Amino acid sequence: MLRRRTLLTGAAAAGLVPAAPAMLRAAETPGVTATEIRIGNTMPYSGPSSAYAVIGKMDAAVFEMANDQGGFAGHKVKFLSYDDAYSPPKTVEQVRRLVEQDQVACLFNTLGTPTNSAIVKYCNAKKVPQLFVSTGAAKWGDYKDHPWTIGWQPTYQTEAQIYAKYILKEKPDGKIGILYQNDDFGKDYVTGMKDVLGDKFAKVMLVSYEVTDPTIDSQAVQLQSAGINVLLTAATPKFAAQMIRKVATMNWKPLQFLTNVSASVGAVIEPAGPQNALGIISSAYLKDPTDPSWDKDSGMNDWRAFMKKHFPDGDLSDSGYVFGYGVTLTMMQVLKQCGSDFSRANIMKQATSLKELEIPVLLPGIKVNTSPTDYRPIRQLQLMKWGGKTWDRFGDIIEGVAA
Amino acid sequence: MQGVLHQILSGLATGGIYASLALALVMIYQATHHVNFAQGEMATLSTYIAYTMVTAGWSYWVSFIATVVVSFIMGVVVERVLMRPMTNAPVLALVGVFIGLLLIVNAMTGWIWDFTIKTFPSPFHSSTPLLGGFLSGHELGSTVVTLVMLLCIYLFFRHTSLGLAMRAAAYNPVSSRLVGVRVGWMLALGWGLAAAIGAIAGMMIAPIVFLDPNMMAGVLLYAFAGALLGGIENPLGAVIGGFAVGVIENLGGAYVVGTELKLTLALVIIVAVLMIKPSGLLGRTVMSRV
Repeated sequence: MLRRRTLLTGAAAAGLVPAAPAMLRAAETPGVTATEIRIGNTMPYSGPSSAYAVIGKMDAAVFEMANDQGGFAGHKVKFLSYDDAYSPPKTVEQVRRLVEQDQVACLFNTLGTPTNSAIVKYCNAKKVPQLFVSTGAAKWGDYKDHPWTIGWQPTYQTEAQIYAKYILKEKPDGKIGILYQNDDFGKDYVTGMKDVLGDKFAKVMLVSYEVTDPTIDSQAVQLQSAGINVLLTAATPKFAAQMIRKVATMNWKPLQFLTNVSASVGAVIEPAGPQNALGIISSAYLKDPTDPSWDKDSGMNDWRAFMKKHFPDGDLSDSGYVFGYGVTLTMMQVLKQCGSDFSRANIMKQATSLKELEIPVLLPGIKVNTSPTDYRPIRQLQLMKWGGKTWDRFGDIIEGVAA
Repeated sequence: MQGVLHQILSGLATGGIYASLALALVMIYQATHHVNFAQGEMATLSTYIAYTMVTAGWSYWVSFIATVVVSFIMGVVVERVLMRPMTNAPVLALVGVFIGLLLIVNAMTGWIWDFTIKTFPSPFHSSTPLLGGFLSGHELGSTVVTLVMLLCIYLFFRHTSLGLAMRAAAYNPVSSRLVGVRVGWMLALGWGLAAAIGAIAGMMIAPIVFLDPNMMAGVLLYAFAGALLGGIENPLGAVIGGFAVGVIENLGGAYVVGTELKLTLALVIIVAVLMIKPSGLLGRTVMSRV
């Protein structure tokens, strides 16, 4: 009985394929109807990381704008964004709901390293595109292990490579020390330094901390007493602020590098003391909304106009809005390139064939490039130094070493 | 060698943090024979109250005293409203209440004050770093505050009749009631005092670790290790335990087990103490006749 039914269905399908391809595709394309394409997302709208929620709100607003302009090949985007509170088990629950109940065509910009790590296997087993995840972990560039997952921003590893290049040029004999958070995020910086330093990496002093540690004072003392004079701090905001202040109070004056995750003026530099942070080097790939040099920039003016219309009360110094704007414009390009074929395979194919794409909120010279063997859309950064009031960018756009 | 000295001093400074919260744990344990898991979060809430007062323009010491008073009332209210109905409930139900309280207070502080870190002012300024950058003025000042608190608690429990009544109420409620101690109010008083001590601890800790809703999560664990090490019934023991954990953790992390296992070291201390000397280094073994 079973076999006969299978046979019959198979025969029917075989007969129908040449006759009515459009109809069949509509039936076989999850998340796509004649007028709509459903895209799923998870965001920490509640809990300790809820400051990131502005990204999700921005994503939704940009899709709304695209819909108002006519959508994509007659389809409007329905953006379903659920709260996962930055908690991996909740992310799994919400993503299953998105894929199995809401039947989304793809996921877009799900936020967080641990949260995305929790769903990456599921998405790849189900062959659901997990596009432009909001995390800088290097593993999203691994197209062999998970071909349905791709990042967007420069990876932490790329960032560390760029710092290492600078160290080799400016302070080749420096004694390098790294303070890193003992997880994917922190370890990517160690790997990046290793990529560039080669033999010299053996002499680098590595000191880790756990997110549960109350302070990093002991680690700071350990690095200082070892005579470190080039310090890379790969820490989340609270610990980065502690480290900046501790280094200053110990009268220790190493050449300091700081992960751009913690380069926020309001969340890190102000609490740590702007004078304590003088001379610290970090990096950027987005235009900083507080930087006066973008006051007349057309890309940033578009962004400001957009903010005025959709988020009249939004904080214009919050770079989360800039990030959400840039990443969703990238997604719009993918949907445009899809033409009228919004199958999961084609969405993934188009996401991995972006060429020299310019996004108005990226620093001039930084372009988005992907290919089926390059899952790292942005791989360039520019260095910047804390001048006491603002971050001052300096030098050329630097690219990380090839994978 | 200088490194070792620096690690020890830095360990004493962090140990001071653990010691001050450990005192709050001792207080609540002395008064109720329970360990309140929400002690840390309640202290964080108190610190936020102080933060709001200071940013509103009040002077530091006025805010300090007002916060201690408000926290005391808060502690009493929590006991009266949440704990009183649980008087005859099994211990597990109480643990449930403590954990619920922890989650509620944590989410509430995040909701009201958001999760970005805030700078909390310190009353102890030093223009130049002390001992060549080994110790900051605040670290020294907060250690002194912890020691003063210790002295007050010691005097309160040993030399006042109220302190004696509180200990009696916790140790043997039935007999205490028979000799005229108002057991219910003694418990409420214990909660209030613990919340007040927690508030002071919070205000001393916040300038070091920055103020955020999860400020106490890691601290509470170490404070617990410190309290157990010294003896959870003994304020002096808890303070010595707190300092010891700070130093052991620093030296162990830097020279023995590596920074990755620092937290594990604290947990090993808890387990080891419970196995070898459950009453702690300075605790007395109490026997009760049934």
